[in-house]
Amino acid sequence: MIYELIKKEEIFFNQHKDNKTDKVSVYNKIQKENISKSDFIEFLLNKDEDVLEYIAKKAKYITDNYFGKMILLYAPLYISNYCANKCVYCGYSALNKNISRKKLQIQEIEKEMYALKQKGFDTILILTGDDRNMSSVGYIAEAVKIAKKIFSEILIEVYALTLDEYKYLVDNGLTGVTIYQEIYNEELYDKLHISGPKKDYKFRLEAPERAIKAGVKEINIGCLLGLNSDFLSDVYLTSIHADYLQTNYPDVEVSISYPRIQPAEASIKIDTNVSDVDFIRIITSTRVFLPRIGLNISTRERAYMRDNLIGLGITRMSAGSKTTVGGYSCVTEDTGQFEISDKRELKDIIEILISKGYRPEFTNWVKI
Amino acid sequence: MEWEIADKKLKSRLFIGTGKLSTYKVIPEIIKNTSVEVLTVAVRRINTDTKIENIMDFIPENTIIMVNTSGARNADEAVKIAKIGAEISKTKWIKIEIEADTKYLAPDNEETIKATEKLVKDGFFVFPYITPDLVTAKKLEKAGATAVMPLASFIGTNKGITCETLLKPIIQELKIPVIIDAGIGKPSHAAKSMELGAAAVLVNTAIAIANDPVRMAMAMDMAVKAGRIAYEIGILAEKEYAEASSPLTGFLKGKQHDL
Repeated sequence: MIYELIKKEEIFFNQHKDNKTDKVSVYNKIQKENISKSDFIEFLLNKDEDVLEYIAKKAKYITDNYFGKMILLYAPLYISNYCANKCVYCGYSALNKNISRKKLQIQEIEKEMYALKQKGFDTILILTGDDRNMSSVGYIAEAVKIAKKIFSEILIEVYALTLDEYKYLVDNGLTGVTIYQEIYNEELYDKLHISGPKKDYKFRLEAPERAIKAGVKEINIGCLLGLNSDFLSDVYLTSIHADYLQTNYPDVEVSISYPRIQPAEASIKIDTNVSDVDFIRIITSTRVFLPRIGLNISTRERAYMRDNLIGLGITRMSAGSKTTVGGYSCVTEDTGQFEISDKRELKDIIEILISKGYRPEFTNWVKI
Repeated sequence: MEWEIADKKLKSRLFIGTGKLSTYKVIPEIIKNTSVEVLTVAVRRINTDTKIENIMDFIPENTIIMVNTSGARNADEAVKIAKIGAEISKTKWIKIEIEADTKYLAPDNEETIKATEKLVKDGFFVFPYITPDLVTAKKLEKAGATAVMPLASFIGTNKGITCETLLKPIIQELKIPVIIDAGIGKPSHAAKSMELGAAAVLVNTAIAIANDPVRMAMAMDMAVKAGRIAYEIGILAEKEYAEASSPLTGFLKGKQHDL
């Protein structure tokens, strides 16, 4: 179903991406209660900064009213960086022979988790590389079990699993899944994923739905902005994917992440520049198109951008992140999956949220 | 004028939600500056082992806490969450909130009835949040709900009383209190709810995201009082035509003057 929908919507985007747009047209459309797919495309395409201001005003209004003056803070925890995939854009790719590979033992995972809890976190995102041998489902389940003792909300960002595997993790305490399609254009996807399990486009595309059927209550999808020179097409299709999940599974909380690729991490040359203005337009336009979708922002973004996006649509932020394996409980000089741009500690993020009139929130779910 | 609900006698008919506040520090200020006696707190936001702000530390003594089950997707989850919340906050007042639709935050009336039946049997005072539907409201009354809390409009929309025609029969037919919840965007909406005969209103977004939540709470408080007084006096019916203060046909009853 989702595969066919994405194909159909890709055509729809291509048919509309050269449409004429002007200030008056966007101004009139932004007043509408329900923003249509073609309106959304028009907002994404319009380069006028006055237009961006209209969109941002509505995005702020919607976010404050629907989500309140509150941002949920979470921490990522990398437990293994072994990876069997050759993805040309990723620092953890099997193509990268220069990084040290590490996998945390169960006791080390526990130590890391307590270190995060000590800082104040109650929501954790457990990450591994794509390697079924080094990070088996059983290993991930052990990490989830420990997390269940310590945190209220436990998400994973690992390789695409089968329905039964997701069920097994849910039975052990998993509450949510993060899985990015990275790029929705199937042809380009195939080129950028040279080999490895991630190469199966359809299996990955259908993973969020399998996780939902297995019983997770939260799903976070996304695309890596800049992989595709036509990055607005990815933004559009990610939003369509999120809308599909929210409409078909209304009791699940669906959110979107739009990480921007950092050219330095990739093993190929990335020519596409997704500017700050583009990025703000993407966040705010998505908010007005999908008023109740969660929007995440990670520490890939600079402090300046993160601070200024508070109130414009964002509902979740990671903070004080380390993308190295074992980075919270010990000092390491290893290379992470990506370079962290916002290196501030949790307490600094809390301070900035409060100064902007937002309440830092750590718990979104009751452990039952 | 005092009114009775559950195991309490209240003076205020304004209940306030806390979930969207930018800081819990305003809670004591709101309580000090208004007549508000009941606050709702989401169980999922009561983080007892946090080192940051814990909402429970900001709720003044003698304030009645109504815990809500937001985040629950079905009756079983709501019952579990309610019990956890009741234990942490030492309250028996439970607002059942089962929003099985994240797009509209629409309550699941069917699951709400099931959760109400269970929690009433366990001895809680149950306040179910529902989409306004007379049949559901009656089933909840029969199940032993303390009150019903129909929405005026969807959460966070500030649209006011958009389903008056559905709310009126609920207020009219139920013997238990009807507390209008969600969609109250401005004081006039709160006053209107009370004029319709609601026993109380619950306001969250309009106060929480106001530039000055304390003063907005004061404004809502006054509006609720005004609406209630007017309701108790009896509000004149709206008419499409003018009515002369001296009867137009009075001459028929008067003395006949001979020419």
